[in-house]
Amino acid sequence: MSLNLELIFAILFQLAQLLLVVLAAPLLTGWVNQCQAWLQNRSGAGVLQPYRVLRKLLNKDAVIAYNASPLFRVTPYIVFGCMWLAAAIIPIIAMDLPFSQAADVIALVGVFALARVFIALAAMDIGTSFGTLGARREMLVSFLAEPALLMVLFTASMISHSTQLPNIVDTLAHHQFVLYPSLAFAALAFVIVLLAENARIPVDNPSTHLELTMIHEAMILEYSARHLALIEWASSLKLFAYIALGIALFCPYGIAEVGNWAGLPLAIIWLLMKLLLAGASLAVLETVTAKMRIFRAPEFLGTAFLLAVLGLLIHFLLGV
Amino acid sequence: MPIQHPNLQLTRMTDAVPAWSGEIAPHDLRTICQQVREGGGRLVALWGSDARQQGNGFMLHVTLMTGNGLVCLNIKLSEEQPVYPDISRIFPAANRMQRAAYDMLGIYAQEGHDHRKWLRHGAWRSGSFPLRKDFDAAASNTTEQDAYPFVQVEGQGVHEIPVGPVHAGIIEPGHFRFSIIGERVLRLEERLGYVHKGIEKRFESMSLQQGAKLAGRVSGDSTVAYAWAYAMAAESIANVTPTKRALWLRALLLERERVANHLGDLGYLGNDVALAFGFAQFWILKEQVLRNNATLFGHRYLMDKIVPGGVNVNINSEGKRIIEAECDMLQREVTLLRSIYDEHAGVQDRFMTTGTVTPKLADQLGLCGMAGRASAQAWDARVQFACAPYDKLDVRMAAYPNGDVAARAIVRFEELFESLRLQREILANLIYEDEAPTTLDKLPANGFGIGMVEGWRGEVMVAIHTDAEGNLTRVHPHDPSWQNWPLLEHAIIDNIVPDFPLINKSFNLSYSGQDL
Repeated sequence: MSLNLELIFAILFQLAQLLLVVLAAPLLTGWVNQCQAWLQNRSGAGVLQPYRVLRKLLNKDAVIAYNASPLFRVTPYIVFGCMWLAAAIIPIIAMDLPFSQAADVIALVGVFALARVFIALAAMDIGTSFGTLGARREMLVSFLAEPALLMVLFTASMISHSTQLPNIVDTLAHHQFVLYPSLAFAALAFVIVLLAENARIPVDNPSTHLELTMIHEAMILEYSARHLALIEWASSLKLFAYIALGIALFCPYGIAEVGNWAGLPLAIIWLLMKLLLAGASLAVLETVTAKMRIFRAPEFLGTAFLLAVLGLLIHFLLGV
Repeated sequence: MPIQHPNLQLTRMTDAVPAWSGEIAPHDLRTICQQVREGGGRLVALWGSDARQQGNGFMLHVTLMTGNGLVCLNIKLSEEQPVYPDISRIFPAANRMQRAAYDMLGIYAQEGHDHRKWLRHGAWRSGSFPLRKDFDAAASNTTEQDAYPFVQVEGQGVHEIPVGPVHAGIIEPGHFRFSIIGERVLRLEERLGYVHKGIEKRFESMSLQQGAKLAGRVSGDSTVAYAWAYAMAAESIANVTPTKRALWLRALLLERERVANHLGDLGYLGNDVALAFGFAQFWILKEQVLRNNATLFGHRYLMDKIVPGGVNVNINSEGKRIIEAECDMLQREVTLLRSIYDEHAGVQDRFMTTGTVTPKLADQLGLCGMAGRASAQAWDARVQFACAPYDKLDVRMAAYPNGDVAARAIVRFEELFESLRLQREILANLIYEDEAPTTLDKLPANGFGIGMVEGWRGEVMVAIHTDAEGNLTRVHPHDPSWQNWPLLEHAIIDNIVPDFPLINKSFNLSYSGQDL
């Protein structure tokens, strides 16, 4: 009886998190943009701007190239679904999420990769030079970012002897407070991967209108209306998922333990503060850096991989 | 005399800038051009006019710049066969001007190597030419397909990216055809002319005053330079000199235009390397200058403030105080921002060695203006041909040999500071009490005058021809972008595709000014 009750609660919380991430993700994007505006002495469009953009896009009629294949049409849904799933399985407020058991960190990286493959294929589907250009650049960046992300996740996995995210977070959050030098290296690597994977400065510029410099934006140039809305929303979800993953791995303190439903309100407040801080830090980082030449991106991501491997080695050799 | 040639009789034009004109036969054109080229001179502009009503057939006009001044060559072409020898092998910049002259007037450069159309985009029938006096716009309507043969680059792994004329941002239309291998650019070819508005044709039916208004709209960001060059040309025909106060005010307006544009460009350069901080800061400053323009002179971009014969603005001691305070503020803020750009490793990494135009190439192809000075082409009309009031201002030219984006940024910074100094000096020298303004209502008959002003982009030239009644019969505005667009094709070679917007912005050439 009590087991069933727990299961029902867990499912309820999974649903709550699903809803929370999908609704709150644009807010985080809005917050990052607003912080950037403040840092540039602009008043900014407000944190709710991404919602207005989504509403605007959802009310428009989609324009689709006549030679678009069904792949082009389904990709926005696949990408959105992948990012939603990714954001939903990362333990951010509570740890016993049924979906989390279904996918471990390796599967998580796979979910991101699946979305990327589809969006790159869709970019080439129309046959415009920009789509192909963007897809090619995206692949250059991501094939370097992916192994670095895996290494980061392996470091955390080795500390907790599990690739299950709830176990990792449980180990890192609730055992005695220790500073893991290996995790410090991994965290640095993770920040670099986060910037690259989310098309942020210095690798890409999410707000550019210069079609020749684009990476992510070049791939989605041909999308409009609801398709574009889904892709924009998915980008917000991806950023949310990455920041949530960063919080889960490197700063999980304050998360509600298994079965501790009473601790939940406090956990939500903790999460909110961490997200605000992470968003503001991202804005500062983006404001003070310029975009690098695209051929510097391999060096940049190579550094991430190196740092992640160093973290792993430190854990291996020194056991910390 | 700037050039000696047995078949050339030069007469000094009454002009604010030292300029001579002379008539030659077509077969002397090349030797004279060659002579000017060997003496270190450049081609400024090439245009044609229809003088059949005066019994002169078609005329070709070529303005050359020598160390001593401008030389305007007028060449009479036969009515039945209006051809002249190609000079694009001597001055590569002539290529597009010759093609445009054919599109507009049907005068043909013989033995040229490139006869593709330039300004004509299939908007009027082939074989009809808009600038001919007997052109009938209604009869020339066409639904002709616009085909343009781009140069093809072939080889393993080479592919093309067509960009524009509609861009992702709100900018003017231009088509860029990149031939690339990976990210490396092998060749860029530009196709312009999308903003052809028939400005030159429009001038023909305008009065002197209406023409002044149109001249100020050839390229909106250089409105002061165009209006001044137009006024200068008209004044040179009428042999009128504006009052001293008017000339000082014109210089003040021109320097304010330069400051506003350089501020905007420096912001854009930051934006193109994703340093939105720099973009926002510089544009706050630019906005301040524009607002002060609106307060003091009644127009943010200073349109229609310079009229033939003088100016129609005034400035009082309060205005003087505002501008001086603005200069102090800009001096302080831009110094700070410059140190941020200079010390920002990411920005400098993107700027340095990007889009290099070597001084040798710049000299060969005739790069001019601000971009030219960043490639050691030390030409500045305010220095070499200082007309009043610049003859009293002792302008310090900013020149730099590196020719990359960083050099063009440095030249902008230095010219900006120099413009602030000039504004202060002008304000100190300006005569504040009213002088009786000179007015210019009508031009003498059969006149020909040119005016040249160093706008922020480079030398802006306007030529005016009048007919037997003293009406405008042909006005040719010339933008320095004509010379500089081809250099952009060279600057991008061997750079990577994502650097193109930055390189393009570092030149910031006018589409409107060249498409006419």
